[in-house]
Amino acid sequence: MQKFTTFTGKPAPMFEPNIDTDQIIPKQFLTRIERTGFGAFLFYDWRFGSNGTPNTDFVLNQPRYSNASILVAGMNFGCGSSREHAPWALLDYGFRAVIAPGFGDIFYNNSLKNGLLPIRLDEPTVATIAENSHRVAEYTLTINLESKTVSDEHGLNVGFDIDEFSRQCLLNGLDDIALTIQHEAAITAFEARSGR
Amino acid sequence: MKTLYDKIWDRHLVHSEAGKPSLIYIDLHLIHEVTTPQAFEGLRLAGRKVRRPDLTFGTVDHAIPTKNRDLPFNDPIAAQQVETLRENCREFGIPLYDMDRIEQGIIHVFGPEQGLTHPGMTIVCGDSHTSTHGAFGALAHGIGTSEVEHVFATQCLQQVRSKNFRINVDGELPFGVTAKDVILGIINEIGMNGATGHVIEYSGSTIRDLSMEGRMTVCNMSIECGAKAGLIAPDPKTFEYIEGRQFAPNGEAWDAAVENWKVLSTDADAIFDRSVDIDATSLEPFVTWGTSPDLSVKVTGSVPDLSEARDENEVKSYERSYRYMGIEPSQKIDEIAVDRAFIGSCTNSRIEDLREAAKVARGYSVSDRVNAMVVPGSMQIKKQAEDEGLAKIFTDAGFEWRDAGCSMCLGMNEDILAEGERCASTSNRNFEGRQGRGGRTHLVSPSMAAAAAIAGHFVDVREWRFKE
Ligand code: SF4
Repeated sequence: MQKFTTFTGKPAPMFEPNIDTDQIIPKQFLTRIERTGFGAFLFYDWRFGSNGTPNTDFVLNQPRYSNASILVAGMNFGCGSSREHAPWALLDYGFRAVIAPGFGDIFYNNSLKNGLLPIRLDEPTVATIAENSHRVAEYTLTINLESKTVSDEHGLNVGFDIDEFSRQCLLNGLDDIALTIQHEAAITAFEARSGR
Repeated sequence: MKTLYDKIWDRHLVHSEAGKPSLIYIDLHLIHEVTTPQAFEGLRLAGRKVRRPDLTFGTVDHAIPTKNRDLPFNDPIAAQQVETLRENCREFGIPLYDMDRIEQGIIHVFGPEQGLTHPGMTIVCGDSHTSTHGAFGALAHGIGTSEVEHVFATQCLQQVRSKNFRINVDGELPFGVTAKDVILGIINEIGMNGATGHVIEYSGSTIRDLSMEGRMTVCNMSIECGAKAGLIAPDPKTFEYIEGRQFAPNGEAWDAAVENWKVLSTDADAIFDRSVDIDATSLEPFVTWGTSPDLSVKVTGSVPDLSEARDENEVKSYERSYRYMGIEPSQKIDEIAVDRAFIGSCTNSRIEDLREAAKVARGYSVSDRVNAMVVPGSMQIKKQAEDEGLAKIFTDAGFEWRDAGCSMCLGMNEDILAEGERCASTSNRNFEGRQGRGGRTHLVSPSMAAAAAIAGHFVDVREWRFKE
């Protein structure tokens, strides 16, 4: 997994509630058997018209948000299907973090496991960040996972919560399968004890 | 003083230490073609094996066609995905119930039907509707592909304990009101993320009175209010459903299993982090009108206007839904015309669902303006429905009768809505584009979907004139 320590990038605002994984990566792309290349299909039905031409009013198609790397979204982002293709698509497109007031559980987990940092902040703060990214030219945010803060150059500096284990995994790029395998003896003992 | 969830958790705890997620043992891992190829590839790259292929079972459902199965797939990429699953199952020694098998079906229909799903188990699958299996008192939830790989390699998952949420439903369900309406009513009440971070236990007389099929419908949609899982304590009905199925224990092992399952219930004095009471007698058939499953109204109602939105976020959802769904505030539900009807999906494709829909369809014809199809949840259900004469009722009425699969629940195969088409669907998600780009989905029960197909618009199935 890709490490995450500190990161400075341009936010793109999609401050709408309940953006589900069917929107993030529509089903017609789920037949692919690779892990890479999903960025081209991110938000496909919103990004492109039915004839495949870009929708100019969609936020990621606006020149000022080209090379955005932090997504600023509304509550319950990533609800719905368990498809890990959603964080794969966001990462492949160039996003490193998503800031929202809340996330779908499975999406949140899937993101952590891929080095895409999901950050929960209260709704007014997310609204402010969305507003700033819209209003302030060349607006950037700095995310520091060591200090668990999000800041900008205009006085914003807020802390966020993340469980310590996930934080360590991200900071060090740890593979959690390898971590579990360290408990091989406990797993075998459990199987013996419970007759599995 | 423990909840059912706590008890199942405790029974599966392999390892725990402060400040870290716990290691939980997984009893049953169900797999399908869409969320596994990258996980198998990960195993190969790391030189790892599937630790317990004997606890892993696969079938194909999401991307496969539901007709002309003897012909090659029209979609070569989907064909490759299915072929990849076959090769992976062969390489790693996992039993696969492929398209030529009577057991083949939607993964969450397949598990219970084959007797793989037992009370007290932990069950995972790379699919969010794994919560279905909670109907048997199993702790079952969807996982992503990284976690699929993790379970392959270790038969365990790193988990943080969820909170406990009790939803108590009491009272007799009025005529024409089904398990689907119970869960749509619950989601309407608590909202689309109302149970995030929680495991729901459904209890109360209404839940006890539901058949196993009905209980599966309720648990299936737990994820639509954000829950990690949904649970119903097992009872004699549960045991009766499992007994005699292919993978059910038998002989002495059966008796021992039942003894073990009987103790699986929440202690009387257990404390829930949250509870909600629902009065079943006040429920009616529900129809969703928006693009999230919580945006529903009773069939006798109309599309709500903005003044009914509970907060700023709901205002945004309402506005977006009006636009996308092509409907107006205050429009009466029974005046909304439909172009398509879909009876199927892991929510409502079991034999009881098909019987309910067939009762409505008997002696009628599908409206000229509607294209309707019935997609059984498994090939076994398909056969049973044919033997019971249900298939004939459907085909006589002009419904298409298909082979088993997910089909238009998510439209990964050719079964999709065209832009702007409106569908009465028994599935579980009405998100934008879920059934096809620009398609408009209204979630309903099987009998409501059948009635809409025949009438050409939504109707109150409680007033249906059933024919013998
Ligand atoms: S029927 Fe629909 S919800 Fe159920 S497993 Fe298939 S795609 Fe998922």
